[in-house]
Order: sequence, then structure tokens, then C-alpha cells
Amino acid sequence: MNCRSEALEVSVEGRQVDEAMLALLHTILLHRSTGKFHYKKEGTYSIGTVGTQDIDCDFIDFSFVRVSSDELDRAIRKAVGEFKDAMGNGMDGMGQISLEFYQKKKSRWPFSDECIPWEVWSIKVNVVNLANEQERQICREKVGEKLGEKVINIVEVINRHEYLPKMPTQSEVDNVFDTSLKDVQPYLYKITFQITDTLGTSVSTTMRRLIKDTLAL
Amino acid sequence: MDSDLSPQDKKDLDKFIKFFALKTVQVIVQARLGEKVCTRSLSSPTGSDWFNLAIKDIPEVTHESKKALAGQLPGIERSMCVEISLKTSEGDSMELETWCLEMNEKCDKDIKVSYTVYNRMSLLLKSLLAITRVTPAYKLSRKQGHDYVILYRIYFGEVQLTGLGEGFQTVRVGVVGTPIGTITLSCAYRTNLAFMSTRQFERTAPIMGIIIDHFVERPFGNVGHMHPCNYRAPGEDEGAYNGVEDSQEVCTTSFSTSPPSQLYCSRLSYQSPVLVGAADFCHPSTLNAANPHQMGVPGKEGGVPQQVPVQPCHGAQAEHRRVSSFCHDPPPPSVGVKSGSPCGVLETTFTRKVGAFVNKPGTQVTTASLDLPFAAFAPRAYDLEENDPMVQPPESSATSSPLQGSLHSQGSGESGGPAQDDFVMVDFKPAFSKDDLLPMDLGTFYREFQNPPQLTSLTIDVSSQSMAEDLDSLPEKLAVYEKNIDEFDAFVDTLQ
Repeated sequence: MNCRSEALEVSVEGRQVDEAMLALLHTILLHRSTGKFHYKKEGTYSIGTVGTQDIDCDFIDFSFVRVSSDELDRAIRKAVGEFKDAMGNGMDGMGQISLEFYQKKKSRWPFSDECIPWEVWSIKVNVVNLANEQERQICREKVGEKLGEKVINIVEVINRHEYLPKMPTQSEVDNVFDTSLKDVQPYLYKITFQITDTLGTSVSTTMRRLIKDTLAL
Repeated sequence: MDSDLSPQDKKDLDKFIKFFALKTVQVIVQARLGEKVCTRSLSSPTGSDWFNLAIKDIPEVTHESKKALAGQLPGIERSMCVEISLKTSEGDSMELETWCLEMNEKCDKDIKVSYTVYNRMSLLLKSLLAITRVTPAYKLSRKQGHDYVILYRIYFGEVQLTGLGEGFQTVRVGVVGTPIGTITLSCAYRTNLAFMSTRQFERTAPIMGIIIDHFVERPFGNVGHMHPCNYRAPGEDEGAYNGVEDSQEVCTTSFSTSPPSQLYCSRLSYQSPVLVGAADFCHPSTLNAANPHQMGVPGKEGGVPQQVPVQPCHGAQAEHRRVSSFCHDPPPPSVGVKSGSPCGVLETTFTRKVGAFVNKPGTQVTTASLDLPFAAFAPRAYDLEENDPMVQPPESSATSSPLQGSLHSQGSGESGGPAQDDFVMVDFKPAFSKDDLLPMDLGTFYREFQNPPQLTSLTIDVSSQSMAEDLDSLPEKLAVYEKNIDEFDAFVDTLQ
């Protein structure tokens, strides 16, 4: 199975990084989250309800919809916060944050479970520094428009209805979905990022994370 | 092509399409009410949340949708459209966008109705939630208030995009293939609004998410009678509408992990529907005999509108019966949506929603109408600077809107602006200014202040005085100055 890979790129000011990333990641996760599964006898299951809420950005002329789940929001904010810290505050720079959806494939001991990605969203971020308030105001509006275009791109990709993991049985649900949240159930995902400094050399935190994940049993 | 579908599948598919259409309209209208939408996730299904999404049902909107559908379902060459338009306080209106739910002939015979089609419809509704926040009308709708409101109109039949002006853009929300055709959801939106929104509608102070009562016939100036919309986030005003209880159909919440051939046999779980009174379907407390086409966002007359059935709700009875059919009982005699009005004939219902400040209900929008200067607005590239009342005080007489007297106070005499056909004149009302104290209000004062008369010393009359006359008057002037020389010296001393 080939992993589907989509790339998005945005240029934002330093203080807009958080909101821009949250907007795009939440938009993707809105489409990749279902209600909680409740398995019953005879192989049937019922699905809970996903609520949504509007979020207005403070530094961008933009509003987006996210899943009504504080737990999910906290997890995404944590990852975006780490990404922003790694980018550095107020510095020009480039980075890339990746949202990867994967399935777990059980392996026999002593090998750990294999994570097979089936969809990867890579968001490249260029951080710019602006000189005055007028430029910032223009940037607010322009970034808002750009994010709108990205949302349309995301929706276009998702509505191609390409590969989605089959609905799992009860024993396999943890291989496909993240069942740790109490109100919604996103597909298994992980967020990683890479930072490129202004000189263009890459500091690959992804490698570190991959090694950490592999070693974690 | 229908012969390939089992009767159960066909019934399910029709139900899915019907509720998908109703939920689509709800999402679109709720996104244009001007408030942030917030619904809770529930880990256990309630049995009434179609497509596993918490989308509340505004009864008025459901009623209007069913009225427009009139017992039909969206199908090939039978599109369901939601038109969003803007109406100013002076009665000018402009179409902003049209959302179209269409079906084409491309069939996907192999797709599983009860599972794949249902889930893809759910996905499409999520996409709709995202896209409705991205089109330009969203920002305008969040700022609606005293100067303009956003209205909606649902119609069924052929898609009409001419009111969007030239250069409108289209965004496709998504598609869902079904065995009887492919459902497409798209939005066509006006584009030449961008510079208008920054100049015309952001000049006034931002309105904090208050929706004006769309369908109440009141003069715009009596703002004190207006109330915020009832449709707030969950937790507030729960009594304002019965929310999901309106959807008396039990929706599919149970799925099977068994092989597809066993799907129908294993569909066992569902919740008992929340049965509510027939009144809920025929909600329109705000419809009145005088204005049958006024919009269905409930009024704010002191809070909760009374849910009084206006007409017998045969449709509700049919819905009750259909609930039991979903529970594997014998199918009911009635099939399809039956509204209170006799159906069977497809009629394109054009329900023109009228804003709070218009006393001409049910007016069909035509380009020839003099009430709609916006008809000629779209193709013209006009210069806002010339028409800006802040720069040049309007000189021509007010437009022929019948609301002129009621909409504007006596103080601001120059209302209406220049007699231009192609832009919206938003009367400048400075914050905190009162209109009734002086003949001249702050706005008029400000306009005059911007254009003061020339100084007399710089007028041409003075400069046309000849040099000879100047020279002749010099000796006299010098004599006067020498006489007062002591005063001048004392003055100079004070400066040092």
C-alpha cells in the first residue's frame, strides 16, 4: 500500500505560527476523527457523535472549525507549541510540521509493532519578520486568505475518497484508531517536525523521534 | 439503474439523501447567522444525530427546507440551492453566494449504501462546515448588525447564478457517489465584494455577534425593539428550540464489521427516537398572515418563541410512522416527505426572505427592479473614493426607498447618497452620537469640517487688487504704525 502524501506551504509572521498550524491540523483532524465506537454483540458497533466548534484566530483574519474535544485540542497545541519553540521566537526561519496517520501492524515478539503510514500531511512554514504595524495588518489579511485556500486544498484531497483503513473489529480497533480520548476517536496519528535554520542546514528532530519511538516498547 | 438496488437500500438511500439535504441547509444557514457555532461531542450515540455529527436543527430552517423540497428529493436536474444575500438598512440587497446540492448521472453501483455512502456524507458535511468559514460571506455575516443583515433563500430546481455578478468563483466542497447518481456540493460566491467589505462594512463599529430579527417587520431605526438571535451555543437558551429532537427519524448509528452480505441482518442497534409533538415540525411562530415568506430565524420577543402549529402537520405523522419502519416493522403507507401543503407536484418555491427593515415582503428579486441598485453593481468597477460620503458629502437627493423616513433620523439629512445604482450607501453614524439634539449632528459637522470654506485672505477678490492701489495705501499704513511704535516695542520685549 502506498502512503498518500500531501504538502502544504504557508508563510506567516512569528506570532501567527501557532494559530496557522492549529487551523490546518484541526481541519485535517476534523475529517479524520469519528465518534467513539461502541461494540455490541454480533459484530455490530455504534458510533458516538462528533461535535464541532468555531475558533477565531487572534493574529490572523481567519476562523476555522475544530472537533469539540479539549483532549484532542490539548494534544495538538502541545505539538504545535513544541514546534514553535523549536523554530525560535521572532526569528526568520523555515520549518516543516508533519501530521501522519498510520496503522499498527502487530509483530511477533521480540519485534515491536510496525507503524505503517497511510496518509501524511506536511506543512512547510516560512516565518517572516515584519517591520511595522501596517505590514502586520496586511499580513493578517493575506495569511487569512492563504489559510482559506489551504483549507479548500485539504477538503479537495479528502473528498477524493482514496484509501481509508477498513473499519476494524473490536480487537483491532486500537491498531487503527486512537481510542485514548473519551469523546472522539481520531485515526492513529503522530505529529513530527523538522526545523531548517536560515542557512538551510537541516536539524532533523524527526530522526530523534523515530529512534525514541522505536526504542519505546 | 434502480433495479440493482434492493428495496431496503433504496429506502435507506432516499432517507440519507433527504437528511443530508436538510443538514446541509442547517450547516449553511447556521454558518451565516453571525455567531460562533459550538456543539458537544457525545461518546454515546443518541440516535438522533444524523451522520454522527452534532448539527442542531433550527426548526424554522427545517420547515423552510421541507417547504422548498415539497416532497421531492434532490436528484438529477433537481438541485437544491441555498442562496445567501445581504440586505442593507436602506433596503438594498445583493447576492453573496449560492450553495448547490446537485446530482449527476454518474452512478457507483458497487458502493455500499448503508455504510460507505453514509460515512462519505458525514465527511462531506464536515467539509461543508470547514468551507462555510472560508468564503467571503462568512466574515460579512459575523459583522452583520445595524447596517446590514444576511438573509437566506432555499429553492429547488435549476441553479441560478446570475445574481452573483461577473467573475464569481466556484469552490467544490465534495462529492459522494451513490448507486443512483453522484451527489455534488459546491458553492458559487461573488468575488467583487472584497474591496466593498473593507470600505463599506467595516467602517462602523464591529457588532458583537448579534443577529437582527430577520423576519420581523420593524423599522430599522427602532433598534431597541430588536433582540439577539435565540440560537446561541448549547447550554444557553436550550428552550429556544428543540434541537436534535426535531429529527424524528432515527438515524443510522449502528454499523457492522461483518462481511457486507450480512449487513442488513446485523443492523440491530438503534435508540428509541425522541418523540416530540407535531408542533415542532410546524414551528414557524414568526410566520404571520401578512408576510408568509419571511425568514425563519425565530424572533427574540422576550426569548423563547411559542411553538404553535400554524398548519396541520401531516408531515409529522408520516415521520412517526417512518420511524417504526426503520425498526424493521412493516413499511409505512406513506413514503417520502409530506409537508403540510399538498405535494406531488414539483413547484419551485421561491421564498424570498425579507429583512427586518423592509416592508415589502415576498418581493421577487429581478435585475429590473428599482429597489435593487445592486443589480447593476457587479460588472462595474467603480471608484469608491468618489462615492465616499466622508470625502464628498452627498449632494443628490435621497434614493426612492420607502424606508427613508423611518430608517434615518432627522439630523442626518443627506442620507441615501448620490444616486448611484451600483454601490451600497451606508450612512455614516458616528459612535455615541445622538441625532435629535441639534439640527446638525456630529456626522454632518464632520463632513462640513472636512470641507471648510476658503480663507477670505486667499480669495481671488483680494488678490485681484492692483499693485498701484497697494502702493498708494502704504504711506497711510506706515503713519499709523509709527504712531503705535511704542506698543510694538513693548510687544517685542514680551517675546524676549
